[in-house]
Amino acid sequence: MMGTIFGIPPQALFGQLLLGLINGSFYALLSLGLAVIFGMLNVINFAHGALYMMGAFVAWLLLNQLGIGYWWALLLAPLIVGAFGAVLEKTLLSRLYKLDHLYGLLLTFGLALIVEGAFRHQYGVSGQPYPIPAELSGGRNLGFMFLPNYRGWVVVASLIVCISTWIAIEKTKLGAYLRAATENPVLVQAFGINVPRMVTLTYAFGVALAGLAGVLAAPIYQVSPLMGSHLIIVVFAVVVIGGMGSILGAVLTGYGLGLLEGLTKVFYPEASNIVVFVIMAVVLMVKPAGLFGRER
Amino acid sequence: MIARLLAGAALAALTIGVMSAGPAMAQQGKLSGDTVKIGVLNDRSGLYADLGGEGSAIAARMAAEEFGNKILGKPIEIITADHQNKPDIGSNLARQWIDQDGVDAIVDVPNSGVALAVQEVTKEKKKIFLMEGPATSRLTGDACSPTGFHWAYDTRALAVGTGQAIVKEGGDSWFFITADYAFGHQLEADTSAEVKKAGGKIVGSVKAPLNTADFSSFLLQAQASGAKIVGLANAGGDTITSIKQSSEFGLTQSGQQKLAGLLIFLSDVHALGLQVAQDLVLTTGFYWDRDDETRAWSKKFFDRYGKMPTMVQAGSYSAVRHYLKAIEAAGTDDGLTVAAKMKEMPVNDMFAKNGTILPNGRMVHDMYLARVKKPSESKGAWDYYQILRTIPGKEAFATFEESGCKLPK
Repeated sequence: MMGTIFGIPPQALFGQLLLGLINGSFYALLSLGLAVIFGMLNVINFAHGALYMMGAFVAWLLLNQLGIGYWWALLLAPLIVGAFGAVLEKTLLSRLYKLDHLYGLLLTFGLALIVEGAFRHQYGVSGQPYPIPAELSGGRNLGFMFLPNYRGWVVVASLIVCISTWIAIEKTKLGAYLRAATENPVLVQAFGINVPRMVTLTYAFGVALAGLAGVLAAPIYQVSPLMGSHLIIVVFAVVVIGGMGSILGAVLTGYGLGLLEGLTKVFYPEASNIVVFVIMAVVLMVKPAGLFGRER
Repeated sequence: MIARLLAGAALAALTIGVMSAGPAMAQQGKLSGDTVKIGVLNDRSGLYADLGGEGSAIAARMAAEEFGNKILGKPIEIITADHQNKPDIGSNLARQWIDQDGVDAIVDVPNSGVALAVQEVTKEKKKIFLMEGPATSRLTGDACSPTGFHWAYDTRALAVGTGQAIVKEGGDSWFFITADYAFGHQLEADTSAEVKKAGGKIVGSVKAPLNTADFSSFLLQAQASGAKIVGLANAGGDTITSIKQSSEFGLTQSGQQKLAGLLIFLSDVHALGLQVAQDLVLTTGFYWDRDDETRAWSKKFFDRYGKMPTMVQAGSYSAVRHYLKAIEAAGTDDGLTVAAKMKEMPVNDMFAKNGTILPNGRMVHDMYLARVKKPSESKGAWDYYQILRTIPGKEAFATFEESGCKLPK
């Protein structure tokens, strides 16, 4: 007779933890982009979910209109979404930096509604199917669960992206410029660095991450205009818990909350879509700046 | 800060919903201010928008056009609003429509939770409520209303159709993945009853929140249960996601387990594609490719909407048409009078043949057990179902006595 943990066989528990980690990968990728944008631009990017959805749709359109498959989409979709982001930043967002956060928030929220509405009008809400690439179809039996190969790939891809982004910002010269520019843009500009362009590229990079997450998500979920709005509120909670603007915080909290949510689905599934917000409330009471944030 | 953001977002969403209710014109009086006003209230932007949505409004307009958009010499007006799957928004809109805008009948209202709330309002105000979208059999059971009509299908009919058929084929142990609200609970309860009646047993169930993005955790629990059948007591976007992900997790590939979609709409199959949806067995109140009449009507619908009608949309046409015929026959649009007239008259149109309406408002008509075709069997877009069996209305729906409705017979 095998032992159980809180009435659940350990095998089942491992399976659920692994699933939590997979969902956490999406949280981490999305909250990473949000944290980069907030940390560097001080903009709360409410359009992030819509841009994530756009990434998935670009992949779907590439496949169905041009016959371009998953692997190229993984490269092209983030570039296209990033370019769209650069245009948004140049034409709209850059006018708001001197104003209160709330203006950036309202603008991006409005943009999200417009983008989602446009896609909903065109494609309906039931979504479009996107096949799993042939190289990653099927799965393997891990003994305690059946792991689809594609989900394993998502965890690996998200880990690579998160770690390299963290290194780029915290450990490289470019990252140092970027951080310096947020502290004192005038001084950095005086050293001959084009700060406005750097800001544009940072925003483009942040939303390209959202686009990448969208491509990764396309084969798992339906490619649907609503897929972003489902996720965005949770991801905001992740960023708040991690500490606004903290990159390491966003990534670690993303994975951690994915795990916690996974456990909730075993022990009390009814609460699985609110557990993140309960944790957010508790964290904000104890540490108002979030787990990894500094008080400003 | 974040609390402010979220509150702001919620407020914005609310404003949009209310704005789409259209300009409010206060009208009161006999024949409700010289028009017959019909409000199509449904999910126009969320996970149920494709199975009803604008399609139900188009279907209602098609019914009105058959009368030349006029009845008893007065114009028929059709308005729409988005209830966003929130019972409070739905019942507020219904109240506003009836009190201020002079709406005579409310149509569709998918999402049983919202429908139960709106039924309270229409019952109190004695206005006609034509339900095609919602599923729960409680709407003609303990929550019935003298002016409420449940048209296209209900949880009991789905349970009888799909539940019995699957147990007969040897699927005698069930695990449910259930949408955690009124509809899912009722569908699970009704199906469990049918499964047990047919000699099967229930191994377990898990309640998944409405609009879940990732079902893998629940699917894993279903897999671990060892049940032969995993019953999906959910709808719309939730059903699509769970079917798609169950194929990813190899749920059915081992041959040990089978999936039973308890409520599948044509729009779901269209979204999933036949490759993923093939061989699903389902129960439906309508299929466009059944006979010449359904094909002709559906073709007209397709030309306007670009999609073939679901049973909800086709049902909206049928119900509105019957309602208008009853007004014509009764010579008034007074709720109780028209309701009585509707129950006297048989329903005969492309949707239902010799449909009858029980005292609790249940429209009894034939249901169809269907199987989703394999990609190789399908002749093209929208050629999705093979009808396995016609389920006679009397078998599919509960009798008035069984329903638990407390209205006088």
